[in-house]
Amino acid sequence: MAEPIIYDLSAPGRSGVNLPAPDVPLATLPEELLRDDLPLPEVGELQVVRHFVRLSQLNYSIDTGLYPLGSCTMKYNPKINEDAARLPGLAHLHPLADPASCQGAMMLMHDLQNWLGEISGFEAVSLTPAAGAQGEFAGILMIRQYHIDRGEPERDIILVPDSAHGTNPATVTMAGLRVQQLPANAAGEVDLSALREACSGENAQHIAGMMLTMPSTLGLFEPNIEQVIDAVQSVGGLMYMDGANMNALMAVVKPGELGFDCMHYNLHKTFSTPHGGGGPGSGAVGVNAKLRDYLPGPIVRRKAEADDAATNDNGPGCRYDWRMPPKSIGRLKAFAGNFGMHLRAYAYIRAYGGEGLRQVTRCAVLNANYLRETLRGEYTLPYDETAAGERRYCGHEFVVRGAFDDAPDVHALDLSKRLIDYGFHPPTNYFPLIVPEALLIEPTETETKDDLDKLAEALRAIAQEAREAPQLLHDAPTTAPVRRLDEARAARQLHLCCPTARPSA
Amino acid sequence: MSYIPHTAAETRDMLAQIGVESFDGLFADVPAAHRFPALDLPPAMSEMEIAAEMLAISEANDHAGDFAMFLGAGAYHHFIPSVVNHMLLRGEFYTAYTPYQPEISQGTLQATYEYQSMMCALTGMDAANASHYDGATSLAEAVTVALEVSRNRRKKVILSHAIHPQYREVLRAYHQGRDIRIIGDRGRGELVDLMEMLDSNTAMVAVQYPNFFGQVEDLRRLADTVHASGGLLVVVANPLALSLFTPPGEFGADIVVGEGQPLGIPLTFGGPYLGYFAIKQRLVRKIAGRIIGETVDKDGKRAYVMTLRPREQDIKRERATSNICTNQGLMALAAAVYLSLMGKNGLRQVGELNYHKAHYAAAQIDRLDGYNVDMTKPFFNEFVVACPRPIAEINAALLEAGIIGGYDLAQHYYHLPNHMLLCVTECNTRAEIDRLVDTLEGLR
Repeated sequence: MAEPIIYDLSAPGRSGVNLPAPDVPLATLPEELLRDDLPLPEVGELQVVRHFVRLSQLNYSIDTGLYPLGSCTMKYNPKINEDAARLPGLAHLHPLADPASCQGAMMLMHDLQNWLGEISGFEAVSLTPAAGAQGEFAGILMIRQYHIDRGEPERDIILVPDSAHGTNPATVTMAGLRVQQLPANAAGEVDLSALREACSGENAQHIAGMMLTMPSTLGLFEPNIEQVIDAVQSVGGLMYMDGANMNALMAVVKPGELGFDCMHYNLHKTFSTPHGGGGPGSGAVGVNAKLRDYLPGPIVRRKAEADDAATNDNGPGCRYDWRMPPKSIGRLKAFAGNFGMHLRAYAYIRAYGGEGLRQVTRCAVLNANYLRETLRGEYTLPYDETAAGERRYCGHEFVVRGAFDDAPDVHALDLSKRLIDYGFHPPTNYFPLIVPEALLIEPTETETKDDLDKLAEALRAIAQEAREAPQLLHDAPTTAPVRRLDEARAARQLHLCCPTARPSA
Repeated sequence: MSYIPHTAAETRDMLAQIGVESFDGLFADVPAAHRFPALDLPPAMSEMEIAAEMLAISEANDHAGDFAMFLGAGAYHHFIPSVVNHMLLRGEFYTAYTPYQPEISQGTLQATYEYQSMMCALTGMDAANASHYDGATSLAEAVTVALEVSRNRRKKVILSHAIHPQYREVLRAYHQGRDIRIIGDRGRGELVDLMEMLDSNTAMVAVQYPNFFGQVEDLRRLADTVHASGGLLVVVANPLALSLFTPPGEFGADIVVGEGQPLGIPLTFGGPYLGYFAIKQRLVRKIAGRIIGETVDKDGKRAYVMTLRPREQDIKRERATSNICTNQGLMALAAAVYLSLMGKNGLRQVGELNYHKAHYAAAQIDRLDGYNVDMTKPFFNEFVVACPRPIAEINAALLEAGIIGGYDLAQHYYHLPNHMLLCVTECNTRAEIDRLVDTLEGLR
């Protein structure tokens, strides 16, 4: 049975809360400004609890099973971090409190800024972006302003590989710049000759920068990364790194040391803050000396040692204060970022330390390569060799072709849906766009070899079914709470709001 | 180690099956000169140590658990029923991601659909999306919609100065790369002054309701005037105030946005919050962000799915109007559970508690020598107090008395030195209010 909509559980006069009576004299309400009706449901407390518990049971989640959704880093979200987020001095702290009243929180943000800078080799970090997409936006706005301030406003082209996340080109447009797409070469790498061509002649003086994901969205390290960076920077462009795949890089390489000027971090991916059914995310942004004055603010500054000693009647003076960088691109959200995510990322880094984070990356990359090896022979593994024809390893994720020449009616989506029947969340479908029928698989470091073996076994069984009993795949899923949906109808007959919720209803 | 389950034997076995001798063999493509840097981070901690560390950080802050809180200004300390937190702690909710696979995400999808429905109920609008990052970014996204509606022919955006100062900063930051004019908020303009700025180049007018100073204004005439000029009216509304006051959809708002944090989301030092976004039916296909629609499955069973997907960045890429790809999913769930528990009568009751307590506090403070409360317009749970001393001094003294005082308006409104914006909610007891009043009296 479908779970009823909350309005269907409603009965006039019922309530799910127990509120206090007013303890002050009643004031007169301004009748002419009041609303007539408030069409919210009326449901008892237990009925609300059951409703949402039953809804939760319709979800697949990391806590219930392996979630190899490529590019999303669905690793374990430590429970201790949830406890920490609910401590009263963190959960009930006002963002506009006087800095003297929130030195603990500001110290946490300050340390997290520094640690993220250390992990990626950047001079300065702002924690304010609310998500990776906002981090990208911050990065591109900084690059834009940097060129304007240098008297080169004509630099308005951002190079974006055709394998990029969709947010990259969308971000460029939002920032008022132009996208120039770059093709990949036969090995799935940046095509150096195409890149040099784009950075030459008349075009060179229009290059504002390049956005690059590392490892690439194919899960591959770019062997020519230094040449790529050099090609862009030698004509005056800046290099932006999309940090979505940072789980493959910690203590393996620092993007800032490689020469990137700017990157964003996805705290909800690499640093395990929960994905929450679609958010909240958190997208800190790190920069080198060229861009540090442009960071979005506010950021937390630790005052100089001399100021540390300053005391007043209330005790020690404020060691930490807010600072808007001098040429800041501004504020990207109200207040100072998704602090609830900052504190979880802080606790996560605390749990591992530097060597521990290296082990995170090693095991994430180990799991991906192991799973990839176990699928070899059953699935096509695109870009398996370097341009020079050498065997290569993947980063923390890899792409397989989710289709078979001898099963022409079966598509990647069918495989995904069948995987649901085997008890797994499907990989990312149809991304990156440069691989037809792509399945992007990211197991993460928190999965055991046993569970990877079971996933591989399921994928091999499905490959066999695709040839021998394809109808099983077309009908899948059959064990999920619902079967495949009529998505065309949802878009055609837009039904976005329960009719009883409409005031005029 | 920590959250990694690998045993040494498994690791050896896996490396062998891959055909490398050690981990290092997996990273051959990384430039050797930069490979394997040491990270200068504090050493790893056990769970016990982490718990102690986080507790110490928590205790180093002055918070609403220990202090009487009279600070609002866009972030509010409200009562959150226990059930909300228990539902958010369901791992099935908080460790899932975007419902790309609707068959195994119906929980998130239906809860989001219910959230959208209840936001329509509150605002009086026809459709709501699955949320933006916060109230400020929701407003910035409304500008994009308004420009799109005019097919980018109209280039002027008029803002009331009584919109949260940080929201206006965010709006400007978002649109710094666009060729548009943002005006109206430099002075102390009343609604009539905004109307005078309207012309055929105006894409939208935005006002806040209740405004940043807590006042509730009748926006009917403004709505009519904006529409007569062919622009859109965008209203930034506190959703809790809508438990009492006329919903913007009723007086003609085209887009209603705002901060959903008052609906069951703790202060958490500024985020994660919930940017709600509601719109009239005729504009719904212009909406940015994720949106959930009802449909049926293969067997005709009712089900929910992300819809109008072709607007989004992963499909439309550089032609998308926004790069947003997450929503504030878990925060929208919090609001859905909160509104389900409160319901029609509970939410109204909370709204009235806020109203009565704020009016009691305002009247008591207004009686004090040297203090003056602006009661020229109706207000909800915030009001402006003219004080006899700089607000920093007053707040320092209040803190000594266990009270977190109000927002210093002079930070952004230079014509309001010694003016404080105070907020009183259902969480403030009469005893707390009386203590506030007594302490203020001693500060003349």
